[in-house]
Amino acid sequence: MVEEVEEFKNANLYKGVHAVDLEELYTSGHRTCQGCESALVMRDFVKASGPRTVVTGATGCMYVANTSYMTTPWIVPWMHTQLAAGGASAVGMAAGLKALMRKGRIPKEKINVINFSGDLGAGDEGLGGLSGAMQSPYDLLVIVYDNESAANTDIQASGLTTWGAQTTFSPTGPAKRILHERWKKNLAAMMAIGHPNVKYVATSCATFPPTDYMNKVKKALSIGGPTLIHTIDPCPKGWDYHPRYSHVLGELAIKTGIFADYEIVNGEVRYTYDLRNKKRVPVREYLEKQGRFSHFLDEDYEYVQSKVDEMWDEWELPGILPIKAGLKVKK
Amino acid sequence: MVVKQEEKSVFDREELMTGTDAVAEAVKLVDVDVFAAYPIRPYTGVMDRLARFIANGDLDAEYIVADGEHSQFEIGKHASSVGARAFVGSSGVGWLYAMESIGVTATDRLPLVALVGNRALDDPGAFGVEHNDALLVRDLGWLLCWASTAQEALDTTLIAYRVAEDPKVRMPAAVAMDGGYLTHSQHMVRVPTKEAVRDFLPTYDLGNRRMHPDNPVSIAPQVNEDWVMELRKQNYEAAKRSRKVITSAYEEYNSIFHSEYENPFIEETNVEDADTVLVGMGSAAVVARSVANEMRKEGKKVGFLKIRWYRPYPTEEIRKALSNVSNVGIIERNFAMGAPDDGAITMHDLQSALYDSKNHPRVVDFIAGLGGREISKKEVRKMFEMTADKKSPKISWIGLRE
Repeated sequence: MVEEVEEFKNANLYKGVHAVDLEELYTSGHRTCQGCESALVMRDFVKASGPRTVVTGATGCMYVANTSYMTTPWIVPWMHTQLAAGGASAVGMAAGLKALMRKGRIPKEKINVINFSGDLGAGDEGLGGLSGAMQSPYDLLVIVYDNESAANTDIQASGLTTWGAQTTFSPTGPAKRILHERWKKNLAAMMAIGHPNVKYVATSCATFPPTDYMNKVKKALSIGGPTLIHTIDPCPKGWDYHPRYSHVLGELAIKTGIFADYEIVNGEVRYTYDLRNKKRVPVREYLEKQGRFSHFLDEDYEYVQSKVDEMWDEWELPGILPIKAGLKVKK
Repeated sequence: MVVKQEEKSVFDREELMTGTDAVAEAVKLVDVDVFAAYPIRPYTGVMDRLARFIANGDLDAEYIVADGEHSQFEIGKHASSVGARAFVGSSGVGWLYAMESIGVTATDRLPLVALVGNRALDDPGAFGVEHNDALLVRDLGWLLCWASTAQEALDTTLIAYRVAEDPKVRMPAAVAMDGGYLTHSQHMVRVPTKEAVRDFLPTYDLGNRRMHPDNPVSIAPQVNEDWVMELRKQNYEAAKRSRKVITSAYEEYNSIFHSEYENPFIEETNVEDADTVLVGMGSAAVVARSVANEMRKEGKKVGFLKIRWYRPYPTEEIRKALSNVSNVGIIERNFAMGAPDDGAITMHDLQSALYDSKNHPRVVDFIAGLGGREISKKEVRKMFEMTADKKSPKISWIGLRE
């Protein structure tokens, strides 16, 4: 479902899956795993942005597994950037292109400047740089593809890994059943709330609802200024499930409410999948399909459920702004 | 360096300016497209001045105040990757904070130019000069040189862009200068005209490596163990080629701007017939030259050799100048803990450059002026005397409190 909203009337949004461009700008040559949702995040963003695009990819599985020497899948220009440099790489390219166009050294046109960074790069080491990019005056988009681990480095926990998950940095053992005790960072909302100049911040899942992610890319690129999209990418290798269930898990991440699906457009919150005051799918249905939670006891499922309920029932902006009753602004 | 009677057209004016001001003038003259700043003393003066150029409408560039040195250098690197001429800089621990980016800018072969206002590394905090910050990149694939005066800083920055951007080189270049002694001291500087600089420095063209939709390249993909050696070899060859490119850049610079850089890499003061020579870099050269001249008048056969370009290292020039000298002493504004003979950094490069020569001078090392401590004329004289004295120790700390 695409709403015709004033600010996106020139964004050429896809009205349904049959309207999606057939041309592939991210094609064969990559070495991603079967069922890799992050690879779909790559393929779909560049499809939505089109050929007049330059891309940097921060170190991460979508660098290491994705872009091998002499078998690059990228039809558009692509360049590696450092783990913490996603935001800065986009700023550098956008600034350079702007200066060259102004000085008449390259033709004036709209060139989409996109960086993709993983959860480890964008959410931890590159958080400062991401913030810097969100403060910049340039038209750029940072896509945070979040498969909740350092997925190419052996599946280590990041600051965006779901609470309690087993990773190589957080194995379960007789002394410590739960080693990863950090609650997932609220990254997209942090960027939106901390950078009031940013016109567009969204979360998304590449497959659910269909075309939503590609249209969010189009919206981000059309609205101007620095923008950010945070996707939840089920990862068969890191999350320990059969590759055929990637889409199922993505859909469940949204439907259980553990990953809130929304966009913030010019300061206005729009829920893509609105779970306020609604019966949500129990989060256990999402967690128990993944081997990384195989050590969970009833109390762990209940704890995660209680936190998800709190997000939706008690937060000032459900799923987004973690300020609870007492500070709540009376309408 | 002496400037000959110039034709009026190549110089715009003469102005009293600091070392960092002179670099800012050069950055303006090269019509930089993008520059990124982050504050740390003492290099910051260059960004202060560039920011004023932007505020006053004197420079058409994208100016970004970054969120840290790592981002600052990444911004410069990626601006360079789309074909924009970029400038950054830092000092001391700020330079180290950018180190990851500094490494990849070299391996990406992007001709970013950076100013290093040399500063002691923390801890303890100190603003004063030490060369360890800049010297840390000596093996990474950066061109690295030191300026001793504000005029030389301006000239060297223009030359750095020319050499870095040459298609035969395409390496980033660091122009280093001593914190305080040059960043903040004023000298008279002849500022060239924009037109003359345009004659010297062609438009930056990254050719078929630029990031643009009309040139869909993939830059720096993952090679694993397959291709690293071949790529390193290309980088290695570029560094070797840069020697010739530097030489021709100076020849042309001399001819356009009537300057007298006899040898691009080193600057000799009374070295030719000297028995005893001190070697140094940066602002120590100013005092050392003056003492060398004084001692000559007293009939002592001493000389001073300043190293301007440290990477590429002037191997042949050093060999030629020092092989037949009896005693060589090095003024080191850096430290190397636990290194061979417990000597500081530049001694090792100098000794290895001389190793294959028939006649070796005796080489001694002076660790001096760390953290910005002044190197006095009296101390330089003492270093000359110790160098000439065959009984003096291999390594000495000069000016150290007892």
